[in-house]
Order: sequence, then C-alpha cells, then structure tokens
Amino acid sequence: MDTPAEPAVIVADLHARRGTHPVLHGLGLRIPARQVVGLIGPSGSGKTTLMRAIVGVQVVQSGTVTVLGRPAGSAWLRRRVGYVTQDASVYDDLTVRQNLDYFRAVLGAGRSDVARVIEQTDLGASARQLTGSLSGGQRSRVSLAVALLGSPELLVLDEPTVGLDPVLRRDLWTLFHGLAAGGTSLLVSSHVMDEAARCDGLLLMRDGDILADDTPAGLLAATGTADIDAAFLRLIGDDDPDARKEPR
Amino acid sequence: MTPSRTLATTGRVLSQIRHDPRTIALLLLVPSLLIGLVAWIFSETTVFQSVGPAMIALFPFIVMFLVTSITTLRERRTGTLERLLSMPLGKGDLILGYTLAFGLLAVLQSSIAVLFAITVCGLDIEGPVWLLVAVAVADAVLGTTLGLLASAFARTEFQVVQFMPVIVFPQILLGGIFLPRDQLPDVLRVLSDWLPLSHAVDALNAIATGSEDDAYVLGELLIILAWIVGAVILASATLRRRTP
Ligand SMILES: Nc1ncnc2c1ncn2[C@@H]1O[C@H](COP(=O)(O)OP(=O)(O)OP(=O)(O)O)[C@@H](O)[C@H]1O
Ligand SMILES: [Mg+2]
Repeated sequence: MDTPAEPAVIVADLHARRGTHPVLHGLGLRIPARQVVGLIGPSGSGKTTLMRAIVGVQVVQSGTVTVLGRPAGSAWLRRRVGYVTQDASVYDDLTVRQNLDYFRAVLGAGRSDVARVIEQTDLGASARQLTGSLSGGQRSRVSLAVALLGSPELLVLDEPTVGLDPVLRRDLWTLFHGLAAGGTSLLVSSHVMDEAARCDGLLLMRDGDILADDTPAGLLAATGTADIDAAFLRLIGDDDPDARKEPR
Repeated sequence: MTPSRTLATTGRVLSQIRHDPRTIALLLLVPSLLIGLVAWIFSETTVFQSVGPAMIALFPFIVMFLVTSITTLRERRTGTLERLLSMPLGKGDLILGYTLAFGLLAVLQSSIAVLFAITVCGLDIEGPVWLLVAVAVADAVLGTTLGLLASAFARTEFQVVQFMPVIVFPQILLGGIFLPRDQLPDVLRVLSDWLPLSHAVDALNAIATGSEDDAYVLGELLIILAWIVGAVILASATLRRRTP
C-alpha cells in the first residue's frame, strides 16, 4: 500500500440542485487520499449537497464525481464509503447495539465490528439503551459508529461533532487522524473553526463554490491572518484573489 | 438481493415493533375488537352472519395499510432510508424484508381475528377454517404491500392518510360489503372486479357460506397473491437511490 495515492475524490464541473434550488454551479475539487480534509463554509453554502453527491445519493444535473476511481454511487462503492448524515440517521426505536447489528448485517461486515465501533465511539455504557432515549451527542455518535462499520476506505462525515463536549471532540479527532494514518480518507464538514485547524487540508465553500483549497497553515499564510476564524472571515468578506487556488 | 439482508431487515422491523406496545395492540387486537363491535351492533339480527366474513377482510387490511405506510414513511423522513440505499442493500431486500415482517404479524393477526369471530362472535363457517385464515392473511399482506407502495408517493404522515380515501375507501365501497357486487351498476361491477379487496371479500364469503368449491377460493387467492407480487415489484421499482 505504498504506491502514491490517487485522490480519493475528484469532482469536475459539478452542477446540482437540492430540491428545486440550484446549489452547486460547476464545482471542481480533489480530495487527497489518507488525509483528514475539512469542508467549511457558511450555512446554506452547499456542503451537505456536495457530500450527498460524493456519496451518490444526490441527483446531479451534470459534471462528474469520481470516488476511489469509480463513478460516485456505483455498487462497488457501497461498502467502501461510509456516510454520516447531518441529522443522526439511526432507528430511535432500537437499542444502540440493535442498530449496529442491523447495519453490520446490511454491510456484510464481520461480527466483531460492532464491538470495535462501540469502543471507537465510546458508546460502551449506552449500548443497551434505546437510541431514542440518548442525548443528541450520543445519538450522533451512534450514527458515526454505523459509518465506521466495515472499515470503509472513504468516510464522509457531515458535522459529526455537533453537540459534543470538548473532551469527546478531541477524542474523535484523534480517532479521525488515527483512521487516516491507517489509510482511510476522510471528508469532514464543520462549523467549528478550531476543528478546521486540526485538518490536514481545508476546503472553503461559499455559494456552491470552492473558495479556497489549502492546508490550514497555507491558508493562514495566504490571508495573512493568525487563526482560521479570521482567515475564513477574510475570504468570505473580501474575496482575496491571491488566496484562491483553482483545483486542478 | 440476498436472503441474509432481506431477513436482517425483517428482524430489524420486528425488533422495532417489539419496542412499541401500542402498535402491537393496534395490529393484533384492534381488528378483532372491531369485528366484535360489528357483531354486537347486529346481535339482534342475522346481519353479522352475512357481513362478518367481509369484516375479516376489511379491518386487518386497513390497519396493515396504515401501519406499514407510516412505518416506511418514517424511514424516509429520518434519513435511515437514504443511509440504507447508500449501502449494499438491494431495493428488493428492503421491500421484501418489510413484507415478511408484516406478513408474520398478519398470520398472528388473522388467526386471532378468525378465532375471535368464530368462537366469541359466533360466526358460522361452512368451509375449511384454515382456508379462511389463509385468505385473511393474504388480504392483510395485501394491505401491507399497498401501504409500502403508497408511502413511496408521500412525503408526510398526513399525505399517507390522504391515500386512504383514494386507495382504500373505493375498495370498501365497491367490495360487496354494502351491496352484493352482482347488484352493482354494470360499470361499477366491472370496476370492482379489478379491485383486489373484492376478491378477498368474495373468497371469505364463499368459504363462510360453503357456496363455492375450494378451487374457486384458490383462484381468488391467486388473484390476491398476484396483486401482492405486483405491489412489491412496483414498490421496489419506485425506490430511488438518488434523490434531488
Ligand atoms: N431538503 C431540501 N430541500 C430543498 N432545498 C434544500 C434542502 N436542503 C437544503 N436545501 C437548499 O440547498 C441549499 C444548500 O444546502 P446545504 O444543505 O447543501 O447547505 P450546507 O452548507 O450543508 O448548510 P448547513 O451548514 O446549514 O448544513 C440551501 O440554500 C437550501 O436552501
Ligand atoms: Mg449541511
């Protein structure tokens, strides 16, 4: 596994509407393999729409999305891409373990996987509880645990750390980097800027376009700012052409 | 499609229902209680003897339609459907998994309803009781599969309920419950020939009165099964992995 990695995701000239609303207008990007890439941008900028397109559940008008060398949404990818939706998509009327057992069976993953993901998401204490009776942060961790089943090669995580306390967030980011070190590619959307600083690469989105594609350090240097918050505001506020790096 | 994924889905749906005592009561007891109510209303007359079999078709059908369509709609709304369809789950796995789970419940439901109608409400059955149960189960499964199909065209629980007057009520009106089907105006009679609930009612009446042989009943049963298969195929075909 030491060959130079192909990008995990290549998007070219992507047009997509969410509902009837045009969201992505000719978006292009590359997501390198085996890294944690952050996707940040204002609410409504199209992060979720882009992630849905990468996972292959979004109807797209035109353009190409290539994931792990295959067209997004192809059957081959269905056990190799893990997706955490923005709202926890798990069964509230099942226990945590029953949720995981079911999705494990659907993925055809090994039985020991359930214990592994419970451990990774620190859900051991609530494994027998009904998912609907958990706190918001616990429920979103169940949703994350489902995505980790079967050890997918690409993880697409839509705001996975919302509602979590700083200790848990730190633990999850350690987990993300551990997974990347093990060869998994991750795309993580977030609103929390101190999380953006922990990413290997950053994609800044606005109005359905990629505004910047850089490392956190590169972004700070290009904008002449001291933290990601300020860099983000500068890019959103007055769109500095020097900071714009065209993908491809 | 793989049997293991279909059965995992069946098991999951049953586990969900097991955590919901109200739904269990609605599925297993309410049809019998309603049949009992009808029998009570007509207790001074002989009417129940003629409408009783139709009630065994009617109430399980409606209850199954409602419970299934709302359960699957919830799956759509909570995002679990989207998640499942991004995984290696066949569309048929999902629809068939649901059909099997509710089919199992239909066996219990119909057995209870038939037993209740015969022993408590005093319904006389001339033909074989097992055949009556078989038709009742098929009829309840029909309600399930039509519910699966209807939920594909609804976005909210309210819209599902709106399907009742469109899909369910005409079948009740034309099913020969209010007026024997051979006394309907020609156009309505032909129309009612095409509705599956009519065949369930015909079959149950035939068994209760012993007016037809088993071959006739099996023929009607086949028509109901064809509708079930058709609805399962159509419901699978209308599932979309990609949504706008
Ligand atoms: N379910 C939906 N149906 C119709 N339009 C939608 C839907 N969800 C989002 N939109 C529209 O699509 C646009 C992009 O939404 P999207 O969810 O991709 O943004 P986002 O960057 O993920 O926002 P947030 O940070 O708030 O999650 C929004 O402006 C919104 O109007
Ligand atoms: Mg979003």
